[in-house]
Amino acid sequence: MELLDIAKATLLYSFIVMIVGSAWRLVGILLHKDKPDYSDPRQAGGLRGALKVIWTRSLGAPDFKKENFHLKTLGYSMHIGLFVAILFFQLHIDNWARFLGFGWPALPDVVIYAIGIATVVILLIMMYRRLTHPVLRLLSNFDDYMSWFVTVLPLVTGLIVPLGRGVMEDTLIAIHLFSVSLLLLWFPFGKLAHTYMIFLSRGTTGAILERRGART
Amino acid sequence: MSTTEHEFDLESKRLSIRKPDIRYDKQGDASDEERVTAAMENFSKDFGRTTATYLESCIHCGVCAEVCQYYVQTGDPKYTPIWKLEPFKQAYKRESSPFRWLFKTFNLKKPVTAEQLEEWQHLLYDSCTVCGRCSLICPMGIDIASLVSMARHGMFKAGLIPHELHAVAERAEKDGSPLGVTPEVFEDRLDWMEDEHEVDISIDLEQADVLAVMSSIEIQKYPDSMAATAKILNAVGESWTFRTDGFEATNFGLLSGNLDWQRDISMRIIDAAVKVGAKKLILPECGHAYMALRWMGANMYGKPLPFEVMHVTEYIADAIKAGKLELEEVDKSVTFHDPCQVSRRGGATEAPRVILDALGVDFRELPKGADYNWCCGGGGGVVTIHRADELRYKVFELKMEQVEATEADELLSSCSNCRQNFDDCQNHFEWEYKMDSLLELVADNLVEDAVVAD
Repeated sequence: MELLDIAKATLLYSFIVMIVGSAWRLVGILLHKDKPDYSDPRQAGGLRGALKVIWTRSLGAPDFKKENFHLKTLGYSMHIGLFVAILFFQLHIDNWARFLGFGWPALPDVVIYAIGIATVVILLIMMYRRLTHPVLRLLSNFDDYMSWFVTVLPLVTGLIVPLGRGVMEDTLIAIHLFSVSLLLLWFPFGKLAHTYMIFLSRGTTGAILERRGART
Repeated sequence: MSTTEHEFDLESKRLSIRKPDIRYDKQGDASDEERVTAAMENFSKDFGRTTATYLESCIHCGVCAEVCQYYVQTGDPKYTPIWKLEPFKQAYKRESSPFRWLFKTFNLKKPVTAEQLEEWQHLLYDSCTVCGRCSLICPMGIDIASLVSMARHGMFKAGLIPHELHAVAERAEKDGSPLGVTPEVFEDRLDWMEDEHEVDISIDLEQADVLAVMSSIEIQKYPDSMAATAKILNAVGESWTFRTDGFEATNFGLLSGNLDWQRDISMRIIDAAVKVGAKKLILPECGHAYMALRWMGANMYGKPLPFEVMHVTEYIADAIKAGKLELEEVDKSVTFHDPCQVSRRGGATEAPRVILDALGVDFRELPKGADYNWCCGGGGGVVTIHRADELRYKVFELKMEQVEATEADELLSSCSNCRQNFDDCQNHFEWEYKMDSLLELVADNLVEDAVVAD
């Protein structure tokens, strides 16, 4: 079996671990029981509140614009970079198309590489902040460093694939796939799960505060 | 203060963390092991779906620090709101999270220790007013303030809360008031106010549509509030009463973290309201009393309350809107400090603005005011904790800047706990502003002969 085949098989199993692990985590959370809230709601609309907070926290409150500046600029840049690299690179789209049965237009490779490099730079800035900002330094634990590592690694391994074109391309692609597998394997156990927890957490608070008629 | 100005040790290990200074009190003579067991048992009781969701969601972005008055004023990262929950979070991950078997088997999350709980007492009590400003910025939407209240439950059972807060909570549980206001004292003070203000005050009626309650702070320090409440209820033409068997609105059970006491204290009022067949319970100018009764009261009762619960400003605003209360115009500029538990956390932000509009004042909103307001720094029981005074004064500087920026003639609020903190800080700083009561301003400007609608 070629290294690339092993990498593809690993990717599949890692994907299964991500799905099963995430389901385990979500079900585990949802199985906890809340005490009933008998207070008289000021207004109905728990779902409206949930959706509102899911949306408004993405923007951040205007009153907290200054306080949110670093989080929003770095956070948005990094996430947009990741999504563009994952979703608009021709080779990725080809793979998505095999999986989904349909594809979509890609961005030119050179644009993707530029965005990929920019995203790595942003991730490096974020790590620098984490290591030097007193608050981030205090809060950080293994999960933060591991989550950063498994996020930056597929970007880096993806960016070096073209360097081995015609020589060791399969090996570099295999390494890229292994790095993606590592991300998938870590996904359900650490803070990368914010991908779905963000909806649950914001939604919960939105529903609670909306029934009070309080600021969401 | 810019966060980058804070000094940190670049030579220390990358993953190391700086522990908070050790300043703590203990109640009882339980062993460390017993304290940890009690804390863990009571932490676990709060690990419901909502708590689990929150504790699984933190991404360690640290932005909550940027809006916390304690961090902003000291630059000390230990005051980061979510860090104040570290032992609570640790307990959850190890004992109740979906991957607890992993955390436990490989000891990835260490057991919470007595030393840790002792260290965190300062963070959970002295340096958090449960104001909920952090909850408004969290990008994951974690309601950090609610978690602090929950973590206090375990701390109380472990006998690890500040002495002063324990003392006033115990007094409230045993004597019915944190300031020693017995039913006799309450009645005496009401008699005095009745004479002083020449106002009819209903006491211990057997039936009434409205039960009004007061806070001990008002009864002892700001007794005019009692007369003001009576004047307003009389002006509306309400069938109302105070009751000597249920008058104390403050709830130090809630603030200290003792759920049993919180329930007992709330039940005194609920029982009194049920006894008189009240349709409405009017809460006084007290922030946490609103949270305790309006949003937690029914849960203490174990079923929906058979009456409506309103903050006095909500009652006045409704009466104005219904044409039952007419006010004289007041010719001055005022600013208003929103009590966190009434406005930001409680949803009653609009009411004082309706009242101020009816008074025709030149109302000047605080910069970053209303729901985004800075806490006065005295809430959550902090004003009772003497060792926290220095820190409390430090965070009050934010409040002074905020108020001074409005250049208003008068500063108003609708929380007697805020008011006593403002008074104390005013003395400390010899500050030009003195906080006044919105309730009393309304009572002083009633149109006496107004025709009451319906």
